[in-house]
Amino acid sequence: MATHSATHDDHDHKPQGFLDRWLFTTNHKDIGTLYLVWSLIMFLVGGAMAMVIRAELFQPGLQLVHPEFFNQMTTMHALVMIFGAVMPAFVGLANWMIPLQIGAPDMALPRMNNWSFWLLPFAFFLLLVTLVLPGGAPQAGWTLYPPLSLQGGYSIAFTIFAIHLMGISSIMGAINIIATILNMRAPGMDLLKMPLFTWTWLITAFLLIAVMPVLAGAVTMLLTDKFFGTSFFNAAGGGDPVLFQHVFWFFGHPEVYIMILPAFGIISEIIPTFSRKPLFGYQAMVYATASIAFLSFIVWAHHMFTVGMPVGAQLYFMYATMLIAVPTGVKVFNWVATMWRGSLTFETPMLFALGFVIMFTIGGFSGLMLAIVPADYQYHDTYFVVAHFHYVLVTGAIFGIMAGVYYWLPKWTGFMYDEKLGKIHFWWSTISVNVLFFPQHFLGLAGMPRRIPDYNVAFAEFNMISSIGGFAFGLAQVFFVYVLWKASRAGVKATDQVWEGAKGLEWTVPSPAPHHTFQRPPVIDDSKLAHGDVTH
Amino acid sequence: MSREAANLLVVRRLLVVVAAAFFLGFALVPLYEIACEKVFGIKLDGAGVTASEARAMTVDPSRTIRVRFDATVNSALDWEFAPKHRVVEVHPGQLTQAWFTATNRASHPVVGNAVPSVAPNTASIYFNKTECFCFTEQLLAGGETRDMPVVFVIDPAIPREVRELTLGYAFFLNDTATRRVVAADVAATPRS
Ligand SMILES: [Cu+2]
Repeated sequence: MATHSATHDDHDHKPQGFLDRWLFTTNHKDIGTLYLVWSLIMFLVGGAMAMVIRAELFQPGLQLVHPEFFNQMTTMHALVMIFGAVMPAFVGLANWMIPLQIGAPDMALPRMNNWSFWLLPFAFFLLLVTLVLPGGAPQAGWTLYPPLSLQGGYSIAFTIFAIHLMGISSIMGAINIIATILNMRAPGMDLLKMPLFTWTWLITAFLLIAVMPVLAGAVTMLLTDKFFGTSFFNAAGGGDPVLFQHVFWFFGHPEVYIMILPAFGIISEIIPTFSRKPLFGYQAMVYATASIAFLSFIVWAHHMFTVGMPVGAQLYFMYATMLIAVPTGVKVFNWVATMWRGSLTFETPMLFALGFVIMFTIGGFSGLMLAIVPADYQYHDTYFVVAHFHYVLVTGAIFGIMAGVYYWLPKWTGFMYDEKLGKIHFWWSTISVNVLFFPQHFLGLAGMPRRIPDYNVAFAEFNMISSIGGFAFGLAQVFFVYVLWKASRAGVKATDQVWEGAKGLEWTVPSPAPHHTFQRPPVIDDSKLAHGDVTH
Repeated sequence: MSREAANLLVVRRLLVVVAAAFFLGFALVPLYEIACEKVFGIKLDGAGVTASEARAMTVDPSRTIRVRFDATVNSALDWEFAPKHRVVEVHPGQLTQAWFTATNRASHPVVGNAVPSVAPNTASIYFNKTECFCFTEQLLAGGETRDMPVVFVIDPAIPREVRELTLGYAFFLNDTATRRVVAADVAATPRS
């Protein structure tokens, strides 16, 4: 192992003490690692809650948990997965990769970066501690709709303060990412030469600062309704519960793109690498991402077609929602066109990327079905919706994250992960996730409502199949942790470029990436960038 | 401009966006009301008209509109609540009285508030109440039953294709008012 003087020779000035290295760190790579490890822990916590849900739904009738606890599990599973697993994972990837991709020595605001991360443990302490407080955790669903959310216990206050902290953390993270991308690019790294992961994150960061404050406002009004006698949403005092749904989904729909756009970016990096071809339609990808982001602000009411909207509003929200299929279709087309006549190889990141393209598209199609107003009256609040958003969030967002982790892991650890284990993880996850979620489409079409611990015996077989898939998928992720643990300790030494077809600045630094990189701005050679040749 | 100054400028500008977005969340409350009432013609507050305004409307005996009544109680409120009659038939412009009955199943006084809604919602601006139990808090003593009136008139300007509409009420527990009543009761009871 390297002695102190040896690390000194590497100009690898890592702080030595544990606290200095992690608690007080301002290094973008260490903070990225913290975010990613945090997200993995939350993924397992949220996953354990999902196992409770699937175990209770294994058979009709109530057998394992009380209905109240079941509702706490559905609520907490969503909050933990969205705010604890998916969003921090993307922020972690952004921290690690954006400075490396644009040739910056660090994030623009390193100390704020530290604060963004260290708010999260406090936020999740507040949220998770409600599980052991009298009255239990919130049970009204992650959407916190009044009047139900106002009728519960005091846990709503903990949840709201936790959301405030998560919101502040996300907003600071987003400001940091925008400042980094706008101000810290190496000379010659023009905006339209940036890798797509950086591009999608720039757009995502703008979404975050536009909608996280709206969520903060909505939950603040909920808080004053509950404890300070206001009546924004409290019907008893003349408030309007439907108004909450409008404000919530004004945040909520852009939020779903916050959870998918960075995944689009990751996939747009991986497919060209393993196709050994430049990305097809680079600029179209950038503009499609921006269009999706813009459209996300004007479609929110498709989550609430059944509240009794005027018919004109329903028609508008239906067509506006369907319009999103156009830029999304451009993306899927470009990914496929990138692979067309490429010399493809199927390493684990590529497998996850291909799984993403196929299964995210399935989720997109069920989303289009839900956008059809007359059909939505049947699908609303059923397992069809559950199947839809798990296809876009699990086989979409989470498969995208896993693809990115396998893709960049050798750059982080300096070791190649075990390719055989990676492939086992992919196939195990892909088969089980479809066994888990595909039957839920049919359960929903047959009328099984979501968020209910018991169900009609007619739904028994498909629920049992779904639960078996769920347990298998859960186990696959424990296996994933083992693969990661193994790859972090030993393996085949990774080269600087890692992948034969990889292009871009992040592949010019050594593997593992030293503690400090690009202290001097790199000289940009357009032919060595993934998207340097903007004329193609 | 130095990099620090450039970063500071970006941070300042983005913080303005954050503040504006936070403010927008609250601004959506009045904006929603304006959008509903002015753009879509949906009356949200169910506010009444005066009796003289209502009498000024001319009755249109050539048309009959069927009005259905619906009554629900929020799960937090232990009351029974139902209309006396499910359906009435009225002429536009005709002042009509209908009755609802509520019973407090609890053994202590409880205050409830009724929230009205009219379906189809585009007909709501033509549906006018001159008197309604939903205008005020309703205090029911433990076990008390009360008949409550609503007096309404349908504006003759209502589109011809509307032949049927539903007036629904949902009763909610008014926590704050109930606590106030209980506190006043305790204060009024002479101590032994
Ligand atoms: Cu949406």
